[in-house]
Amino acid sequence: MEILSLLADGFAVALTPQNLFLAVAGCFLGTLMGALPGLGPANGVAILIPIAFSMGLGPTPSLILLVSVYYGAMYGGRISSILLNIPGDEPAMMTCLDGYPMAQQGKAGEALSLSGVASFVGAFFATCGLVLLAPQLVKIALLFGPAEYFVLFTVAFATLGGISSTNQAKSAFAAALGLGIAMIGSDSQTGSQRFTFDHIHLYDGIDFLIAIVGLFALSEVFIFLEHHRGGAVGSPKATKVGRIMPDFGMIKRCIPSMARGTGLGFFAGVLPGAGASLGSFLAYSLEKQTVDRDGKTFGKGDPRGVAAPEAGNNAASGGALVPMLALGVPGSGTTAVLLAVLLQLNITPGPLLFTKNPDVVWGLIAALFLANFILLAMNIPLVGIFTRVLMVPTRILMPIVAMISFVGIYSITGSSFDVMLMVGFGIAGWVLRKLDVSLVPVILGILLGNQMEVNLRRAMTISDGDWLVLVGSPLAIILWIIAITGFVLPMLMGRRMKKRMENAGSHHEEIAAGD
Amino acid sequence: MSDRIFGGFGLALAIFYIWAASIIKDSFMVDVVGPRAFPYIVGTIIGLCSIYFILRPDDEPEWPHMREFAEIVFAGAVMLLYCWALPEFGFLISTVFATAYLTWRLGTEPLWSLVVGVATSIGIYVVFHMILGLALAKGPLGF
Repeated sequence: MEILSLLADGFAVALTPQNLFLAVAGCFLGTLMGALPGLGPANGVAILIPIAFSMGLGPTPSLILLVSVYYGAMYGGRISSILLNIPGDEPAMMTCLDGYPMAQQGKAGEALSLSGVASFVGAFFATCGLVLLAPQLVKIALLFGPAEYFVLFTVAFATLGGISSTNQAKSAFAAALGLGIAMIGSDSQTGSQRFTFDHIHLYDGIDFLIAIVGLFALSEVFIFLEHHRGGAVGSPKATKVGRIMPDFGMIKRCIPSMARGTGLGFFAGVLPGAGASLGSFLAYSLEKQTVDRDGKTFGKGDPRGVAAPEAGNNAASGGALVPMLALGVPGSGTTAVLLAVLLQLNITPGPLLFTKNPDVVWGLIAALFLANFILLAMNIPLVGIFTRVLMVPTRILMPIVAMISFVGIYSITGSSFDVMLMVGFGIAGWVLRKLDVSLVPVILGILLGNQMEVNLRRAMTISDGDWLVLVGSPLAIILWIIAITGFVLPMLMGRRMKKRMENAGSHHEEIAAGD
Repeated sequence: MSDRIFGGFGLALAIFYIWAASIIKDSFMVDVVGPRAFPYIVGTIIGLCSIYFILRPDDEPEWPHMREFAEIVFAGAVMLLYCWALPEFGFLISTVFATAYLTWRLGTEPLWSLVVGVATSIGIYVVFHMILGLALAKGPLGF
């Protein structure tokens, strides 16, 4: 019951006119970004962080705006999957498989409204799951000392490559690169200057926002330039949706599929290193196994093949917030970006967040519920507006994205050195993506580097320099086992998983990095 | 081959990083581990991974041809130039040209590119500066 009263307080925060307006705006922008290939949840939120801060929004309003964008992007990804067979973002890949055939049979409107309902079901129940699970995880997290926290961060890095990673050395390299960048600047414990080479711009370290916007948003612009993809993704004919009202009979038949997708997706989201892409993949595979063993209807426009992965993807994005909020350890690219939001606001996520800033946590959770209803309303009757955006050619869109990235970074730092640094990160991001090095561990390394080191040093100070403290408690040993399993397992089965995911959904390079 | 070059580069980075960590000066405050230990660990991981890339490289990625490669280099150069130009000429003028260049390279007709540049620049100025109140670069003319 305590939860309900906290949630009521949260709604009181979220329902003020300003916050309500921000939620609507965030949902709208998020759906747009999700629908457009090249802009996904991770880089969409990344571009908006500096802008939200420069506008001088307080912590809760900024969070409400940005999580609405996050949920919105997860809804929006399906639009271009269904209409054009091009996933708007990575988690929407599975929706292409049955969504596009449905659209070709003239049932685009039904597919869109069904997937909108499925997204709602997935995200709504995942948010309920978040409300129930996060406080429980907080209770466990309160038992953590500095040594356990250090190991927990190691778990995050070891599992981030994910089950479909084919080269764990590249994930480890990326993580170490990020941690290395985080070390630049003055040492928080002793004040020594590290890696600054007496360069005044580096004394405060490298602002993680510069790295995030450069790596996620600008590298995307370079990918588009490389391929000369300037045309519009949609054509007037392909974006005709027809009947938009949901077919209730069809929705009713899909309820079991949505339920399975939601459960599996939420589970995948909570697990470290899985994220929404895996959530939708698992939901689709399980659904196919359960209802269509011989492969008669799946892949040919079966509505259940649309409902399950959409519920799974949205449930996973809700589930991914559980470790991010309760432990301060994100499991995916987009939640890493949301962690950046919290850090920028000087809010340290983790167990103390729930006791020290309950208004922020519960305001955020209430905003998630609210965003869900707004998105359901936006995505069924208004879906036509979003399909029209797909006709804006990328040759106009991508320069605007680049310029808004510049505007955001310049307005918070006011220095052209920092903006140049962002261009440097953009180019580095392009090279790393070419070499198949994931950018998410780099970002996470930059975000968590200092905390990870501080916890290591605290643990050492407590144990008076005995490194064995890192394996000194049963909790720490369990975490080490998870870390090692998470790191080794992909080496054994990563190639197989990746192949299966690639066979299932065609691989598109222009899909935004991270999920 | 690309992975081997990448590994070689990574190894050089690791050696440089560890060297740079070794010259971190101690301050008057001390703790048990000191400011160098964690950077040493990070540098070692970078080094070990790089050696792995050299020994067991992945398949060659699809590198762009010379032309696309030049495209990326020029775009990067234009963006850097844009950063330099921001405080010199102000937001509005710099953005017109930077946007025009990018949209031209993505396939807009040259003259239309300028139109897109002007529209984008003014659009962003109105929305982000005048409505949302963000601080944009001011040139000698005040905008």
